[in-house]
Amino acid sequence: MAMSFIRKLMLSSMLAFASFAASAETFVFTAIPDEDETRLMERFQGIADYLQEELGVEVRYIPVKSYAAAISAFRNNQVQLAWFGGLSGVQARSLVPGSQALAQGVEDEAFYNYFIAHKSTGLERSDTLPEDIRGKTFTFGSKGSTSGRLIPEYHIRRIFNEAPDDVFSRVGFSGNHTRTLRLVEAGTYEVGAINFAVWEKELENGNINTDEVKVIWKTPAYPNYQWTIRGDVDGRYGEGFTDKVRQALLSMDDPELLESFPRSGFIPTANENYEPIRSVAEQIGILD
Amino acid sequence: MHLSPTLRISLLFLVIAIAALFFADIAITTANPWRDLGRFFLGVATPDFFSTEGLATALLRTVAFAFVGVALGGACGFLLSLIYRFYPVRIFCAFIRAIHELFWALIFLQFFGFHPLTGVLAIAIPYAGIFAKVYSEILEEADPGPARLLPPGTGLISTFLYTRIPDCWVQLRTYTAYRLECGLRSSAILGFVGLPTLGFYLETSFSQGLYSEAGAMLILFYVLIATIPLWVKPKLLPVYILGAPFFLGDGMPIIWGNVERFFTQDIIPAPLRDGEGLAELGSWFGDLMLTEALPGIWNTLLLTQIALVATGILTLLAFPLISNHFGGPIRRTSGHVFLVIARSTPEYILAYILLQLWGPSMLPAVVALALHNGGIIGHLIGRQTNTIQLRPDAPTGYRRYSWELVPRVYRSFLAFLFYRWEIIMRETAILGILGIYTLGFYVDSAIQQIRFDRAMVLILITALLNIGIDVLGRYIRRKLALQTMPTC
Repeated sequence: MAMSFIRKLMLSSMLAFASFAASAETFVFTAIPDEDETRLMERFQGIADYLQEELGVEVRYIPVKSYAAAISAFRNNQVQLAWFGGLSGVQARSLVPGSQALAQGVEDEAFYNYFIAHKSTGLERSDTLPEDIRGKTFTFGSKGSTSGRLIPEYHIRRIFNEAPDDVFSRVGFSGNHTRTLRLVEAGTYEVGAINFAVWEKELENGNINTDEVKVIWKTPAYPNYQWTIRGDVDGRYGEGFTDKVRQALLSMDDPELLESFPRSGFIPTANENYEPIRSVAEQIGILD
Repeated sequence: MHLSPTLRISLLFLVIAIAALFFADIAITTANPWRDLGRFFLGVATPDFFSTEGLATALLRTVAFAFVGVALGGACGFLLSLIYRFYPVRIFCAFIRAIHELFWALIFLQFFGFHPLTGVLAIAIPYAGIFAKVYSEILEEADPGPARLLPPGTGLISTFLYTRIPDCWVQLRTYTAYRLECGLRSSAILGFVGLPTLGFYLETSFSQGLYSEAGAMLILFYVLIATIPLWVKPKLLPVYILGAPFFLGDGMPIIWGNVERFFTQDIIPAPLRDGEGLAELGSWFGDLMLTEALPGIWNTLLLTQIALVATGILTLLAFPLISNHFGGPIRRTSGHVFLVIARSTPEYILAYILLQLWGPSMLPAVVALALHNGGIIGHLIGRQTNTIQLRPDAPTGYRRYSWELVPRVYRSFLAFLFYRWEIIMRETAILGILGIYTLGFYVDSAIQQIRFDRAMVLILITALLNIGIDVLGRYIRRKLALQTMPTC
């Protein structure tokens, strides 16, 4: 029993090691870890299978632990394609000359955020960010996130004319949107910023206790998530590979796959569409 | 009133820690910390060993990275220890060990990416620095007598191998075995930054509140560490060391252009890279110091001092748990279990768990550091009291504790505590990655913003701070004539 277990372990490791040697021509992609990892694994394993079928090359998804790790892997050519947020995409493309934004979700053209608050704050939904959030505890999502960090910080600075540290009594970085939701729901933080897609999906699935946490403000729209590909893939995987990938992404219509994002479909986009994100990032000092 | 120097220094550190408490951010910010803690313990009590397919592989990888990293670090450390008397070598070793494994991993991730080499070097490099220092201390203690008895003309290497090594063999072996245990802990936490070891899955389960999964992983990790004497046998070691490199898993191929780019562009301060001149560099550096380095240093120091004194207090409370002078076998056994768990859990994982449960502040970090380090020192001091013979008519209970035992072990207690001062600071800095505003927080932020130039400056500052504490700790130990063997 024990021996067979050990043998199995050894065998699986040998296989894994062998696949490492053979991975040179595999098309690898990653995604920013903006949600619970189990969900990301399910979603992107599905995408990997789909792309493999459409592109005719071996496709592999590798999970990463941070936004920066996704950008670095893309920059270092260890992944060739990535599902980035607005900001991470801008950062990645500025680091990899020739890379391009291929496709975005239908919802990403005009993405928005919710500011959410725990019931103990007594805050209600309004058309502007309520002045009363001053002095509360506040959590962003991940440090490198567009909807979890960049856009909320931009609006906080715009409205209060102060840095978040000065507006709130405590500022934290939850790590991702799901966690922001859980932390504000539990009252660990009184106020938080979350991307609307995650909120709506959790709401639909009945995962939010709306007695404990509610939306208090919706931000103006901005461009967000997109698939970004390296500029040198045509040379490596054959002429026209970029177009093939774009086509595969745009023609994705499996409702289950799309629902996992959640997006209603993918539409073409281009690097220029993310200029607003760049300028906001520069204003805040996240980009040089 | 005349106070002994040891008492004076203890009181001084106590006062500093109390003062630091006033400036520190100590709070429980979760609404229901006890409910979450309860759910966590329920999870540990109802572990789910079969939820994650990758669990067995993760354990295997954790062991493989530990073996390869420690073996490589040990070999290099041994060679360095032979030339450790040269000042530049000492400085070099102090420097590489002052940078935490996780920081090394974060650096290598930027150019080796998810190649196994990232994890191996992250362990091997700081360990080489530690091994070099401790091996050289052990070798220095060896009796010079046997060497003098050799016939003239005996070669240097023969002399070394036949006189020095046999004399220190047991100590070298004990210490190396201890480092292997540390290596397992280091290997496990590397998963938190994305390497395929236990921490990777632990983080996933924890962040989603899957406590039964997380509980299973922790239990397996404790079993792995507690059974080291059973599965790490001298005869099997060559098999493990030769076999381990094959179990590091499938990474991504290294692209050497990335390495070159990292060293020639990424870490060059932005103003120099863009050719903006020295004046710009000055303001870049000034801004970095003012907005990130100084707040980071301040918080790192506050947390370190509080954690150091908390560790001391916990040690004094915990050592009787395993001391033969108190309680019966049942209490001692449960005391052993408690201390083994406390010292086997890496501070990083403890702090991570407590942060999830209590919310962000310095409190989870203080408790985590005190539990882990108090567990280690408490264990050592407890064992030491077992060698003390008391008179048959010695007092019992509290009086035995305060009048008989504490005074006898107090000097070695302080020695261990000051020995771990530097280690506590290393960990304090790294805990910033979890969201406490120590230096690690700013390093992580810089990396998240792909500003490796800033990250490198902050890591250098962290290393210098660490070296400073190391020097100060050694000075105090020398001043008080405290001696320890490097077993912790």
